Amino acid sequence: MPDSSLLARATANRYRLGLLLTLSVLLSGCAGQLQWYVVSPMTEAGRANLLFMLGGLKYTILLSMTAIIISVIIGLLVALPGLSRNPFARGFNRVYVEIVRAVPLLVLILWVYYGLPIMLGITINVFWAGVVALALSDSAFEAEIFRAGIQSIDRGQLEASDSLGLGYIDRMRYIVLPQALRRVLPPLGNQLVYMLKMSSLVSVIGMEELTRRANEMVTAEYRPLETYTVLILEYLVLILVVSAGVRWLERRLSRRDVR
Amino acid sequence: MSSPVIQIKNLSKYYGGFQALSGVSLEVVSGERMVICGPSGSGKSTLIRCVNQLERHDGGQVIVNGIELGKSRKALREARTHIGMVFQQFNLFPHLSVLENLTLGPMRARKLSRQKAESLARHYLERVRIPEQADKYPAQLSGGQQQRVAIARSLCMEPAIMLFDEPTSALDPEMISEVLDVMIELADTGMTMMVVTHEMGFARKVADTMVFMDKGLIVEKSDPAKFFSSPESERGRLFLQQILQH
Repeated sequence: MPDSSLLARATANRYRLGLLLTLSVLLSGCAGQLQWYVVSPMTEAGRANLLFMLGGLKYTILLSMTAIIISVIIGLLVALPGLSRNPFARGFNRVYVEIVRAVPLLVLILWVYYGLPIMLGITINVFWAGVVALALSDSAFEAEIFRAGIQSIDRGQLEASDSLGLGYIDRMRYIVLPQALRRVLPPLGNQLVYMLKMSSLVSVIGMEELTRRANEMVTAEYRPLETYTVLILEYLVLILVVSAGVRWLERRLSRRDVR
Repeated sequence: MSSPVIQIKNLSKYYGGFQALSGVSLEVVSGERMVICGPSGSGKSTLIRCVNQLERHDGGQVIVNGIELGKSRKALREARTHIGMVFQQFNLFPHLSVLENLTLGPMRARKLSRQKAESLARHYLERVRIPEQADKYPAQLSGGQQQRVAIARSLCMEPAIMLFDEPTSALDPEMISEVLDVMIELADTGMTMMVVTHEMGFARKVADTMVFMDKGLIVEKSDPAKFFSSPESERGRLFLQQILQH
């Protein structure tokens, strides 16, 4: 264990150094005009402002997590027909991926929030509009990731499963997906990070997440540099935590099949 | 000898323009041990893979236990639970423990309870002489052990016939005999076996019938004593010469 804790400390030190460097680059040349009091934890007003900004964290997390869960499910359901022998099933996969992938996320958010209710005659709140747009957009990428992962499974695995008399569902559930999931975890982690960042776009329809809160702060206090710097730090911390989680999961799942 | 477990009638198979099987007919009766040999590309693997339809045939019939395969998907799945298959590359499931590899088929395809499946698994691990490896993962075992697990996995389905597709070809030389020993023991229990192999010593010891194939055709089918001493065909004689030279 001493080795790994040393390594962890070295990694942590590297992160700290990186942060310091980033900050000094960001803040160099404007030392005279900095007004950190707006977000200073030392003052009453600063604390209130900080708490206001952090209040968006809940929605950013909730939005991204809901969206990624839905997008993984849709992605899988779109990927499976892409692996079929049936040309219509494969066609559906291609059309879905190509169309959804081609729509810019911001445009999709606006379309879902302002357009979809008119088309379907429903009302949709900002949260679910954001979830639907993010999940749809991401599902096309997830579908490609899953398709690649499933295709990478050795033919022999399928033949062994066939020769045991297992059907399609059992084969997917017990043989193919558990192995494919392990392989696609790194790109899936990528998508999760991407999703967290892209959730900032949902601020344009008024979702009270991190970016929206920061924007409101800027309007109120008129200190964009300080506020957006704090916003960057918020995303940074969030994403470092998520990547650490993904790497932990990767280690846990790959422990068994050491080769 | 009793009724045929497998009947193959005039089977043909194409890969694009290449004809891998050109009208092969064969019968395997219950309890029979058939060894199929021949040069590479002769169609012996294709033939054995057609028996459980890992390859779909293009012409002719495969009939297992009286049911013709290739008509209905459900019948095929049912038939496959009665046909064990051992591959050259083992094809164990790397993410499952040895025990899980063995219980998956019985539990999902034969609908046995976990308890029943596990006791079956432990019984057959005993038979292939690695009961102590039940909780390991395939990657932690040697090639010979992996192939024995694969044999046990097929046996757990309690099949009517076992197919072996070059079961020792991917093994290091020192591990071949541990796998062959298990196969010989299996033959002694009266299991019906169809074996594609280059191990002529094994063939001599256990085979009731030798089948020699070349260019997608059965060139010769006889009992091993006759095949090894005086093969009928010139090609068979040449093949034996090449394979037994060393």
